[in-house]
Amino acid sequence: MNINHHLDDATLISYSAGALSQGMALVVATHISICDQCRQLAEANDALGGALLESLDSEKVGDTMLANLLSQLDDQPPETVTLAPVKRDPEIPVPLSDYIDGSLDQLEWKRIVPGVAYYDMPWEGRGVSRLLRIAPGKSMLAHTHDGNELTMVLRGSFSDEVGRFCRGDVADLDDQIEHQPLVDSEEDCICLIATDAPLRFTTLFGKLVQPITGF
Amino acid sequence: MNNRPPGEDLENIVQISQADMASSDWSDLLASLSENADKRVYARLFHHFAPKVKAYIVRLGVNGGAAEEVTQEVMLSIWRKAHMYHPEKAAASTWIFRLARNQSIDWMRKQKYPLYSLEEWSDTAAEPGQGEQEVLSDRVAKAISLLPEKQSQVIYMSYFEGRSHGDIASRLDIPLGSVKSRIRLASEKLKQIWGGEYEH
Repeated sequence: MNINHHLDDATLISYSAGALSQGMALVVATHISICDQCRQLAEANDALGGALLESLDSEKVGDTMLANLLSQLDDQPPETVTLAPVKRDPEIPVPLSDYIDGSLDQLEWKRIVPGVAYYDMPWEGRGVSRLLRIAPGKSMLAHTHDGNELTMVLRGSFSDEVGRFCRGDVADLDDQIEHQPLVDSEEDCICLIATDAPLRFTTLFGKLVQPITGF
Repeated sequence: MNNRPPGEDLENIVQISQADMASSDWSDLLASLSENADKRVYARLFHHFAPKVKAYIVRLGVNGGAAEEVTQEVMLSIWRKAHMYHPEKAAASTWIFRLARNQSIDWMRKQKYPLYSLEEWSDTAAEPGQGEQEVLSDRVAKAISLLPEKQSQVIYMSYFEGRSHGDIASRLDIPLGSVKSRIRLASEKLKQIWGGEYEH
């Protein structure tokens, strides 16, 4: 896959450190699963975690823990890797398929305004974690953020002040950027997005609909 | 071995000094466990890694009995998943770090941390883990000690305290962008020290 926009290394470090929200970690895992370049960086960052683990001063464990474990080992079946279902929709990368049944078109999309709909991921948190579906020629409302925002394209494409984003690309933005993505594909653009803080819309209309959209 | 109380004979074997083991030796040992479910090998790994895993879990903020419980779960998963370990893909410390991280998060959030699957790793055409085996912990520890304090601090706050960029920013009272650029700089320097194989 030809991917032109990648994750920021600061985001990848945070993912390896286990410091990302569920929603942000889902976008990262989904992108890494199809991007060799980011995967190599993620593996290097995990190795940093391993080295840091080794560098820690030991903490005493209970005297009986090893004996407890040894007494259980014979009853432990080896864990097998859960293979992704064979019928899995190829449009949905494996990490995301854990949370979506069927295809993207079968989801119960909720309309915000004409041409813009969303589907929320099944968890609650401080930020946003959802799929966003925007019709051709439509634009996401201009906004900025207090925190980070990750947007990965699953279908179609959009352009904003940073560049053009197609399937597999990820926009990894922070609070320095105000942007207004415009869908420039012939089909709907579907993105997986996550923020670690609420968005701030920059137009009066955006501010008016903010309570409705739940951002 | 099965007729004796668990642990009795193993304790003697693992008294062998483990201080001289290099990072790659632990990887070899874990690889041997992946081929042959040997409790003596497991006990040696336990003595080295369980106190480190617990130290990591405690730093993340899990305390008391819960820290023991999560440590035990991590150590048990080493036995159950050992057959999936490939030494050419990751050092033992890396692999065990991943297990400890994932289980700690799952325990704290009661929700599974989204992961890119093991299956996809093994199928990748790129050479995963390339050069990773050369990352010896003492080299990394030294490399981190060479970083400016502002940079090592954000690495520690990320890995050992599990803090998000925003959280670090408010704790240090600096802009979010500064946190990210410090992490980026630290990461670049550390990787240069490892051999510069991970350039974007």
